[in-house]
Amino acid sequence: MVLAADAAAQAAGLHVGMPATKAQALVPGLVIQDADPTANSEALERLAFWILQRVAPIVAADPPDGVVIDAVGADHLHGGEAATLAMLVEKLAGFGLRARAAIADTWGAAHALARFDARPGLVSEPGNAARDVAPLSIASLRLASDMVRDLHVLGFDSVGDVLAQPRAPLALRFGPELGRRLDQAIGRLAEPIEPIRPEALIEVRRAFAEPIGAAQTLSRYIRELAKQLCGALERRGLGARRLDLICQRVDSRAQAVRVGTGLPLRDVKRMTRLLCDKIETIDPGFGIEVMTLAATVAEPLLPKQSSSNLIDQPEPDVSGLMDLLANRVGEKNLYRAAPVASDVPERAVRHIPVLAPETGAEWQGHWPRPSRLLMQPEAIDTVALLPDHPPASFTWRGVRRRVKRADGPERVFGEWWKRDPELTAVRDYFRLEDDAGERYWVYRAGDGEDPLTGSQRWFLHGIFG
Amino acid sequence: MWPPSALESLRAQVRQIEGQHRRATPSLPFGVAAVDARLPGGALPLGALHEIAGGGNGAIDGAAAALFAAGIAARTRGKVLWCLTRLDLFAPALAQAGLNSDRVIYLEGGDEKTILACFEEGLRHGGLGAVVAEVARLPMTASRRLQLAAEGSGTIGIALRRWRRQTEASDFGQPTAATTRWRVSALPSTPLPVPGVGRPRWLVELIRCRAGESADFELEACDATGHLRLPADLVHRSGQAEGRRYSASA
Repeated sequence: MVLAADAAAQAAGLHVGMPATKAQALVPGLVIQDADPTANSEALERLAFWILQRVAPIVAADPPDGVVIDAVGADHLHGGEAATLAMLVEKLAGFGLRARAAIADTWGAAHALARFDARPGLVSEPGNAARDVAPLSIASLRLASDMVRDLHVLGFDSVGDVLAQPRAPLALRFGPELGRRLDQAIGRLAEPIEPIRPEALIEVRRAFAEPIGAAQTLSRYIRELAKQLCGALERRGLGARRLDLICQRVDSRAQAVRVGTGLPLRDVKRMTRLLCDKIETIDPGFGIEVMTLAATVAEPLLPKQSSSNLIDQPEPDVSGLMDLLANRVGEKNLYRAAPVASDVPERAVRHIPVLAPETGAEWQGHWPRPSRLLMQPEAIDTVALLPDHPPASFTWRGVRRRVKRADGPERVFGEWWKRDPELTAVRDYFRLEDDAGERYWVYRAGDGEDPLTGSQRWFLHGIFG
Repeated sequence: MWPPSALESLRAQVRQIEGQHRRATPSLPFGVAAVDARLPGGALPLGALHEIAGGGNGAIDGAAAALFAAGIAARTRGKVLWCLTRLDLFAPALAQAGLNSDRVIYLEGGDEKTILACFEEGLRHGGLGAVVAEVARLPMTASRRLQLAAEGSGTIGIALRRWRRQTEASDFGQPTAATTRWRVSALPSTPLPVPGVGRPRWLVELIRCRAGESADFELEACDATGHLRLPADLVHRSGQAEGRRYSASA
């Protein structure tokens, strides 16, 4: 029997549950292999470990074909919930895996939405789990197939139908399982995720006799855990690149905090500082019972000589500050600029990570560049003598300015290897100064003579100081 | 009025009172005698907060103010953290003002509160050469914290004030705890004998200075090392470079 079918198989007419002989008849030359459920579950666990390292601290495999992730405490690192889903699907597509993802309030709702809702990458608003799950079919509720068949026979098609019914007769007929799954989907019953733990993970754990909740207590215990973790890391010669703090609450839900660093870290003070910055995101509820601090990603950290020359002053180390700022604003909002060998101004700068080694490269050319470059060049009306003369006056944002002095043209050719229209495109940049002394960077799309080189319209691209 | 010897003895007393709390602060001279003479200590104090804004249209685009700040930061040693909300800063222009691309770390913050918090973190760390932040509103309490953080670590902090609308620019008159407050406006560039645009000129106004008087100067913009210069035709005019007051127009 066919157990799973991808897009190519479905196009050929095969579907799940079809007998193997029929499949062989539909597709000539089909190769038949036995399914290997243990290998499948191991591969799913490996996928869950991979997601644990890159996406969120609390991850579990959801057999037979899914992974469940608790996104609290990690979506800020990726720029929001929708961005996290998009990033995940894209990364898996890079491995050749086609994935569907959804975010919802509860495990049950997210399971149902990811598998049965047509919209890809759905983010369900908090509190709307019942509303979003209602139109889906009953098969999305993780029930046994005969129970689903019986419900269909009785006339129930969607989850909303079953939700509208009184619970007692259904429980009499089908047992408590149906009610349990419904409550788990809409959020009335908690379903904690058991996070997977790779064996070689360096982890320290602290259980409390009485549940704690105050921020001061939390930070005190975070410092103790950090001390223990640094001791464990030092024994192995490793430094942590990613730390996960998981707090188990009395109602068996977990709150997680994830912190990343640029270089391997083994310093107790810095670790405590990074984790305590995020204490406001932990909601202790009725109290926290167990705190676990794990170094999810650890790299070798060898002792390094800080300054070898007695005369030179060592350059101060800013990596600690960069970690703090990156965890506050997000890693992609902190960067350094590096030159790109391109004449086109909007492509002349690329972003590199903050702790990357110095490139030593500089922008070539002696033409002055404006300190403010508009993100989109704005169209202006000009009075100019073609083809080589700068404008005599121009109107920008409704104000007419007369040009007193000008410099140029600086001809910038299009990069034909990037886009076809740039094969003949040309820009002539001029530096204009008006009566009051304001200086602008203005260009004409085209060389003034040949209509193939551009629209011959003028744009303002930047403002000089 | 007061006899000069009494003034001198009063000054010595004040210096003695302040001297208990003040260490020898490192400072950064501009290299232009007219400007350095107006600053207390003859140079721009390094462990302090300074405010720079643009005048006229510069209040919105902040182009000249950014280059002025880049020139100051280029002459410090160490990395420079530049915090911004609007992403229109063009890195090659900073490199042309002396601030190489390897030295600048850019931080994009979503809102002003984050920028001010990161500004304070950067100043408190003490390992950076300078921290520049583009903010529109600088409340008094925030500026006091920033000034204390800068004094504690000896890093120069520059608050680049930039607004969205010209009407909001009157916010620049509000008092803050910054040590100096500057306004940089664009002036017509140095005239050349041939068609073209010469070295840009700025009207640099020192609006407020702690323990000093305000003044304004007409200067030529930063060169490739971040130094400003007095325009050549004004140098040769005797006695008119100082003491000239423009009536405030914008």
